[in-house]
Amino acid sequence: MADDIYILGIKMTKFGKHPDKDTVDLASEAAMAALADGGVTMKDMGVLAAGCLMGGGGIGQQIQKQIGQTGIPVFNVSNACATGATALRTAIMAIKAGECDMGLAVGVEKLAGAGLLGAGGRAKSDKKEWTPSGRYGAVTGTDGRIGTDAMPGTFAQVGMEYGHKYGGASFELFAKISEKNHAHSTLNPLAAYTKRMTLEEIMNDVMIAYPNTRSMCSANCDGAAAAVVVSGSKLKTMSLEQQRRAIKVSASVLTSDPWQEACQVLPDVNTLTKVAAKQAYEQAGVGPEDLDLVELHDCFATAELVHYDNLGLCEEGGAVDFFNSGATWRDGRTPVNVSGGLESKGHPIAATGIANIWEVCHHLRGEAGDRQIEGAKVGLAHVIGLGSACGIHILEKSALG
Amino acid sequence: MTAQIPLVDYLVLGDAPHLQANECTSCGARYFDRRNACAGCFGTEFRKVDVPTEGEVRAFTIVTFAAPGVPVPFVAAVVDCNGTSVRGNLINVDPDPEHVSLGMKVRLATYSLGLDDNGVEAVGFGFEPA
Repeated sequence: MADDIYILGIKMTKFGKHPDKDTVDLASEAAMAALADGGVTMKDMGVLAAGCLMGGGGIGQQIQKQIGQTGIPVFNVSNACATGATALRTAIMAIKAGECDMGLAVGVEKLAGAGLLGAGGRAKSDKKEWTPSGRYGAVTGTDGRIGTDAMPGTFAQVGMEYGHKYGGASFELFAKISEKNHAHSTLNPLAAYTKRMTLEEIMNDVMIAYPNTRSMCSANCDGAAAAVVVSGSKLKTMSLEQQRRAIKVSASVLTSDPWQEACQVLPDVNTLTKVAAKQAYEQAGVGPEDLDLVELHDCFATAELVHYDNLGLCEEGGAVDFFNSGATWRDGRTPVNVSGGLESKGHPIAATGIANIWEVCHHLRGEAGDRQIEGAKVGLAHVIGLGSACGIHILEKSALG
Repeated sequence: MTAQIPLVDYLVLGDAPHLQANECTSCGARYFDRRNACAGCFGTEFRKVDVPTEGEVRAFTIVTFAAPGVPVPFVAAVVDCNGTSVRGNLINVDPDPEHVSLGMKVRLATYSLGLDDNGVEAVGFGFEPA
């Protein structure tokens, strides 16, 4: 039977604007901090997995040159917004396979001022001759003519589809989800935006893709996060302090989207999350009712709603009532995105899937300061990369803690 | 008569414009592009089928901020055409939440994208209130 896996050290940088640092600087800062947090060095690492979605290839080797080249295998991973979670999962797999007993996972992105993601496609406005090209034989760009390629509108439809199926999902409801996350962010000094916003401010903000206004969209920003993972048998040889602060990874799951009727016209972010959640709960031997906090992929306010349902935090079709009950506020039954979420903490793409795990670990270690969820013992971190990939990790406080 | 070319190759022009899909002969899954094998059942035989031109809006968004060169506002939607999900814009309707709603009945409509230097007209499609 495979050994247990623990997070030994983990850190995220401040998310926001870092005009004076490049991706290698940010990634190295996070990696060095994660190593220090775990009381280890690059000499102890047996594998490095790293991702930077918008950067060129080879971020892993660039990090090594910055913090220590030891000849270990490097996996440069790319999995849309699930890139960070994929890096972590890769390091975990190497340990589970018995190839090493410790590994480092790093995710980094520079996105401050990046604007709209996903949009654009082929710009061919000044055509002289209509010429079909591409898989659909299109004679000109289809973004804006056959639906939208951009993320805000894509995820707006994801939320609207849920509303159509189950009812109750109004513009105001989605704005209230955003109001919660912006309120939570005021307690997170590492968030890109820490300003509380009223419901009116959110609803009257610039409309991007109805029903998502600007403040209901994830914040493009710079940032990095890194984690050191260790096998359970190796951890037993380490100091009591390291064992006390280590966080058990009781489930590590990565799925892609199984075929569904409509998935060719609107990405299906639901089925792969439901499948991943089911696998994760089975691996961990816990259920949604056991979770003390959840960090889920609120790339848009419209996305958070559907994931309450997909992660089984509420009964099927009950996400609107679940949110309206107050359950997902930090003082509720299942606090969701107490970090402020992607809407205010920010979303430096490849860093997100490790930063959300850092947030959960921070609470499980009892080190979250003003925003500590008291007595937190079990937490879940979820990301979706469109295309699609879903990463879910369930984390548990050390038995020694 | 002006020569016409469809915006995409799965739009069939003529007296009764409609969309055409590649349907898996094994499981009935439909695709607007070519597939080597069915993503649902791995079958490798497909046939051309006409997609119903009437449907119901299952999801929509009103895009007011888009990439440079993409005119806004526009309504992007997923239309359920009797079991086949189609991606397209809602057209010939005011792009605001008062005039667009989930579940509204719509039908396929075409419009001109203009002429090229050879005098060929490109024709696009969308869905208008039925």
